[in-house]
Amino acid sequence: MTNGESEASTGAPAGGFVQLLTPDGEHVDSVTTEDGVTYSVDFTDEEYRELYRDLVTVRRLDAEATALQRQGELGIWASLLGQEAAQVGSGRALRPQDMAFPTYREHGVLYTRGIDPIMPFGLFRGVDQGGWDPNEFKFNTYTIVIGSQTLHATGYAMGITMDGKTGNADGEAVIAYFGDGATSQGDVNEAFVWSGVFHAPIVFFCQNNQYAISEPLERQTRVPLYRRADGYGFPGVRVDGNDVLATFAVTRTALDQARNGQGPTLIEAYTYRMGAHTSSDDPTRYRIASEVESWKAKDPIARMKTFLVKQRLADDAFFGEVDQKAGEVALSLRERVLEMPDPQPVTMFDNVYPNGSPEVDAQRAQFERYQASFEGSAH
Amino acid sequence: MSETVSLGKALNHGLRRALENDPKVIIMGEDVGKLGGVFRITDGLQKDFGDDRVIDTPLAESGIVGTAIGLAIRGYRPVCEIQFDGFVFPAFNQIVAQVSKMYYRSLGNVRLPIVIRIPYGGGIGAVEHHSESPEALFAHIPGLKVVTCSNPVDAYHMIQQSIDSDDPIIFFEPKRRYWEKGTVDLDSRPALALHASQVVRDGTDATVVAYGPMVKTALDAASAAEEDGRSLEVIDLRTLSPLDLGPVYESVRRTGRCVVVHEAPGNLGLGSEIAARVTEECFYSLESPVLRVTGYDIPYPAARVEEDYLPDLDRVLDAVDRTFGW
Repeated sequence: MTNGESEASTGAPAGGFVQLLTPDGEHVDSVTTEDGVTYSVDFTDEEYRELYRDLVTVRRLDAEATALQRQGELGIWASLLGQEAAQVGSGRALRPQDMAFPTYREHGVLYTRGIDPIMPFGLFRGVDQGGWDPNEFKFNTYTIVIGSQTLHATGYAMGITMDGKTGNADGEAVIAYFGDGATSQGDVNEAFVWSGVFHAPIVFFCQNNQYAISEPLERQTRVPLYRRADGYGFPGVRVDGNDVLATFAVTRTALDQARNGQGPTLIEAYTYRMGAHTSSDDPTRYRIASEVESWKAKDPIARMKTFLVKQRLADDAFFGEVDQKAGEVALSLRERVLEMPDPQPVTMFDNVYPNGSPEVDAQRAQFERYQASFEGSAH
Repeated sequence: MSETVSLGKALNHGLRRALENDPKVIIMGEDVGKLGGVFRITDGLQKDFGDDRVIDTPLAESGIVGTAIGLAIRGYRPVCEIQFDGFVFPAFNQIVAQVSKMYYRSLGNVRLPIVIRIPYGGGIGAVEHHSESPEALFAHIPGLKVVTCSNPVDAYHMIQQSIDSDDPIIFFEPKRRYWEKGTVDLDSRPALALHASQVVRDGTDATVVAYGPMVKTALDAASAAEEDGRSLEVIDLRTLSPLDLGPVYESVRRTGRCVVVHEAPGNLGLGSEIAARVTEECFYSLESPVLRVTGYDIPYPAARVEEDYLPDLDRVLDAVDRTFGW
């Protein structure tokens, strides 16, 4: 598709992908695809540095969460290790008016939206089901059932069109996140159908991290995922998901097309889940160490650091400061997670229905009477 | 303005009124536009309100409900039509895992004022998947509310009340009663809250509890019983989740006998829950156990034998007789 370089230098799969920053930190100015779309970025030196900061901070927060889980402070954690560039690049490509529909792994996107990284920890600690106001943050609640959110995103995008909020540079767009496994779900395929038919202002952002828990990509598809878009009548593009610059460029272009009324795009961000599916998983049972090693050579943060050093955009003092700040953010997260109070049991009856229910009310009252019957007892 | 209309036309009037009253109300489903739906419930609405408010969707039920969720997050009030009861299952995941839980999951931040209309029940001589009564599957799910109408007046008001409600509502329509007529005052206010049951015939000897298509059956049974000198009180539940059993308890405490009627299979059906609750609340008033007259615990049978499957007047009276012979 692009980047005629050999795979050895780009890490591209057969068929190629859009890449602006090689694993060796070489930054090409622009890439033009077979479809004639040219991708480039126009960052200031400071913006390059801040992207690096995002990547480091997001990885540091993820490491903190993994540690918290191992220490028994979280019930489970879904690590994004290895996918930082896909998330930071796409997340930073969103404009303030854009709406994101995440899975349960988009902690990096959440961070780039300017949202307090503690927000999803209620879910992973088990003190709530992960509740926040999607319209306040332009970031929907985490969705755990695979692929369901792609239909929600499609409906939301249809609403944008119905509201007359597309067709110009200030228009709104939606991004729907999902993984390679989700592409086998009926809901994702229905979302493609609906978005195509209704020409919805949506970008489908598939992080192909090569595994659906234990099942490799070959168990989901016989064609590269981005080519699925052909069948639904909108463009598909594959990008190096470990390249934050290319991911930004491709996502920004697709979102701007959507907001301008040019319909959906499917982006396949080709990346790798360096860690386990979740903290409950054991990837040594289904993949070999050499594969993981080969992906380490394509690390999204290392190549950005190499680039900054080569271009003399940053020095050791900067890198030290980034690490230190990221550590502070992580420490703050840790402290606040540990302080999260367990909910009062009776609150489990809250928020079942907007208009309430006499049956739920009766059960709540019964529960409270039962609880009260223990007051003053020794047990 | 009173009109004599069929139950189906009353729904059509109610939907029209809802579309007029709130520009955020939209209708979406298969064939709901030009065709007006396979039962013509949305007849003429696309012509008058446009194809962006009465939307012919792709043929995908999960897509209908899934996109309705996104539209609701965006501020719309979608009314989804599922063409037949047996076709709701492709959407079951979105309804059970998403529609019902979004308000809870989001700590009350996301309201999904979605109405999912489902024609249900048998008696129309249809092929498989067109005659089922899956209401208990939805009534079992916390976060959903489930209602059903039995007559044109309720149809007209309850569909509007459901659309007005911020709760997600599964709205079951008794398809074989679509053509039953009644007089509806289109300018009237609803006499009852949405989630209220109603005594539709006073009686003193036994209480018959029914809903949807079985209300007419129960009323017919009560008329026949009267000829035998037996007075049956008939209660139309109207709301299946939450249940409103206050009027049932009050009635059973007077009559001492209770028969619950529904088309759905008896095992773990609404009748089971009602029998349990009536037993708990009216234990010292009961002269006999609560009996159930229901469909059998088999897949809905072929059309040529469905009349033997469906509860009818005789089976209701037989159950009433048994409460007296206990």
